[in-house]
Amino acid sequence: MKVTRRQFVKGGVAAFTVTFAAPEFLSDLARAQGSHVRNLVVLYMSGGNDALSMVIPYNDPFYTTRRPSIAVPAGQVLQIGTDSSRVALGLHPRLTGLKQIFDQGRLALIQRTGYENQSRSHFLGTDIWSTADPNNTQALGWVGRYLDSLPSPVDPLIGWNTTGSLPHVLQARTAVPAIASAAGYAFASPNAGAEASAERATALRIASHVPVDRPELAFVYGSSRAAMATLDRVASVGTYRPSPAYPNTGFAQALQAVAGAMSKAIGTRVFYVTTGGFDTHSAQNVNAVGGAYYNLMATLNDGLIAFYNDLKNQGLLEDTLVLTFSEFGRRITENGSQGTDHGSASVMMALGGRVNGGLYGTAPVLTPDPGNPTLENSAGDIRFETDFRSVYAQVLDGWLGTDSIKLLGGNFRKNGLGFI
Amino acid sequence: MPRTSDRRIEHLLRRAGFGARPDELELYGEMSVAQAVDTLLNYESIADDVDTFIAKPGYVNTTIRGQFLPQSNIVDARQRWLFRMVHSDRPLQEKMTLFWHNHFATGYAKIAGTFGAAEGARYLAAKSSEDPGKVRGQLEMLRDNALGNFRDILLNIAKDTATLVWLDGRTNTKAKPQENFAREIMELFTMGVGHYTEADVYAGARVFSGWNLARPGTAAAQHYEFIYNAAQHDTAAKAFSFPIYADGNKTIPGRTAADGMQDGVDLINALAASPTTARYLAAKLYRFFVSEFGAVNASFVERVASVYLQSRYDMKAVMREVLLSPEFWDQSTYFARYSWPVEFVVRALKDIGWVGFSVNDALTPLSNMGQILYEPPDVAGWDAGESWFSTGAMLARMNFASTLAGNQRFNLAKAVKAANASRTPEGLLSHFVGALVTAPLDADVTSEWSAYLRATGAWTGSDAQVQAKASGLVHLIAGSPEYQLV
Repeated sequence: MKVTRRQFVKGGVAAFTVTFAAPEFLSDLARAQGSHVRNLVVLYMSGGNDALSMVIPYNDPFYTTRRPSIAVPAGQVLQIGTDSSRVALGLHPRLTGLKQIFDQGRLALIQRTGYENQSRSHFLGTDIWSTADPNNTQALGWVGRYLDSLPSPVDPLIGWNTTGSLPHVLQARTAVPAIASAAGYAFASPNAGAEASAERATALRIASHVPVDRPELAFVYGSSRAAMATLDRVASVGTYRPSPAYPNTGFAQALQAVAGAMSKAIGTRVFYVTTGGFDTHSAQNVNAVGGAYYNLMATLNDGLIAFYNDLKNQGLLEDTLVLTFSEFGRRITENGSQGTDHGSASVMMALGGRVNGGLYGTAPVLTPDPGNPTLENSAGDIRFETDFRSVYAQVLDGWLGTDSIKLLGGNFRKNGLGFI
Repeated sequence: MPRTSDRRIEHLLRRAGFGARPDELELYGEMSVAQAVDTLLNYESIADDVDTFIAKPGYVNTTIRGQFLPQSNIVDARQRWLFRMVHSDRPLQEKMTLFWHNHFATGYAKIAGTFGAAEGARYLAAKSSEDPGKVRGQLEMLRDNALGNFRDILLNIAKDTATLVWLDGRTNTKAKPQENFAREIMELFTMGVGHYTEADVYAGARVFSGWNLARPGTAAAQHYEFIYNAAQHDTAAKAFSFPIYADGNKTIPGRTAADGMQDGVDLINALAASPTTARYLAAKLYRFFVSEFGAVNASFVERVASVYLQSRYDMKAVMREVLLSPEFWDQSTYFARYSWPVEFVVRALKDIGWVGFSVNDALTPLSNMGQILYEPPDVAGWDAGESWFSTGAMLARMNFASTLAGNQRFNLAKAVKAANASRTPEGLLSHFVGALVTAPLDADVTSEWSAYLRATGAWTGSDAQVQAKASGLVHLIAGSPEYQLV
């Protein structure tokens, strides 16, 4: 269980007290010179995504027999061809936008990702995916460790977490702000005009105060100072008005803020967004318009395609990699309440302008034979083929240009995973 | 009558409550420390009528959409709890309820996702008197037992509808034992991590097999409630790595299915009686009531743990020891905690004013500060301490201070005038530094505030100026780092 942000925030005190160069100008300059930056958007699908309903082996006879009430009919899936094991696959019918991205070669689907003895617990599972360390789930997050590896001083806006509190993925000695809404990330005042300006100027001056011999108070001062230092850059994102507009879901609005931050070049490189509700134990309603899983796919699809098109229009697509994860996949056989229980391996997605799209790895064969090598747990769950840390390694080495062996504490590089 | 200084009473009420309203400061100020602690502990002698004042003039507002239904609408339940924190005359009961809510952290979303929104609120927040089926939600159970017996609370939690959903006990059967509750009761509710083995978790899951839920029908009065499902109980013996019985025996014997519910009771008794649990709780109480700075005081833990065991888990005796401990009253522990968002918000309301403000307007700010009541992030509860102070959360606190100060600008100006403190900037400053007590202020902070009062023109003491400066200054004080400590 995670109990311990305390361990790393101690170090955060120091990180707050440094000054930093204005990255806005730097990145403007860099862009003017035609060089690209590399942004990473980590997308957490919380609750345990039923990947079998997202990337569907529609010709596998056991897909239908083991899921009599929730299987999508073969004629309705969005066909995306066959993988290297010649299994025909289709996307969920609602993923029309992702199908476009797939057809443009900018969506990679990495099948059967997971790890040995995969946890079926939400907490432990999320901690493992977040730390990339099944043996020390209280470690800092894998992206957090990347941020900590950057040369200091690290800009307080290097990361942007669009959820209210800090996700484990981003836990780091480097403080990552939680900015659920750019519009709300402003210095409010009970007054207007000169009075409000005077308050803000006072708050800014006080924030630079450093209490002596009171480290706990100094820590709060550090947060106050970092907030004041990042206000204007974040506020500039609040004025971002993309066209066409994003859907009015929390997920899509978060992606809009991410696109805004990229568009305004405020210096942020790592973003965290989440879309929830994947813990579909009952009434999963995969293929009914308005059904639970159908809606999950709608939210995912509509947000991502809006984001993709927006970045494309702005010429930012090549700067961006979106990587998805979920704590586990789900059982193959549906349960007694037309849902699916916690399972193991799942599908990860990578999406972006420099992604080498397509199908990676092989689909599970759903034959309920205990000897079936693509399954585990008496053929109840999907067995992993690609360790999720190999996917992280590819992102760290191939996109972020760092050393995955160092950051993951081992060599997880794998051939045939060149999606980026 | 012995009087106690404001400074001590404020400390006591910041910890054993949510700060001090002016009337509380007066009431407790007339008492000795021992009397004040007694009054806080023996709250049964004070009427539990706080809910009857909701929507009455003179109290903080609630925002009502159609009907106010805290028993079936989680937003209303959150408003009711905040209202209680502001206005209850039993502050320690509300504070302990928050402690238990964090300790047995149960999240609304999963209950609502399982049984629907109205049922989710019902199993967490309904009072039995207002529910058609007399359902008492988890929070009400904790509130009723806020200073009760820990073993009883633990047993109630094990049978609690919301817990059985939240930790999946409802699906714990002999064929498919569910480990979630068994793990958390040892890891988070009693002994703490490192004091049990994985084998204990598996055995614990079997102990609680058959502790499920049932719903007799679909009528409004019907509801999911605990049922011991004998047919789903694993009847074999269960061996643990720690003593279950007073004689040191570590094995729960095989029992018939009909008698098998006793397994769970035996395990709960053992966990409640464990000296490890005693120390685990004592350390957690130290962090919540005494200090988050520095190491947990070992002597405090031993003494409080010993009272816990000697009193056979009586939380009132335990809390008496906590609140009268020398550590609690040591000056170094004043302001040695990072306020939780609800502590900050409620104290600000008590210090700044509430008439004309709706607690509904605190809910989004609280979420931005990282705390949604009835929605802890996971079963481990909130990450407290420094973790509350991300940049976004700190900004949310500063902005709530602004919202409340703006809302109260007329009341603030009126109070300043009544106190005859509006004639000079110094008068205004000393008035509000007195009203909003903070951790010790360095001189350059107060001089900045003083400069702010003079920043936009000569002092005239006009109504408009006093309103602007009073609200501006209150915003700056309540949004200061010093005010975030309690």
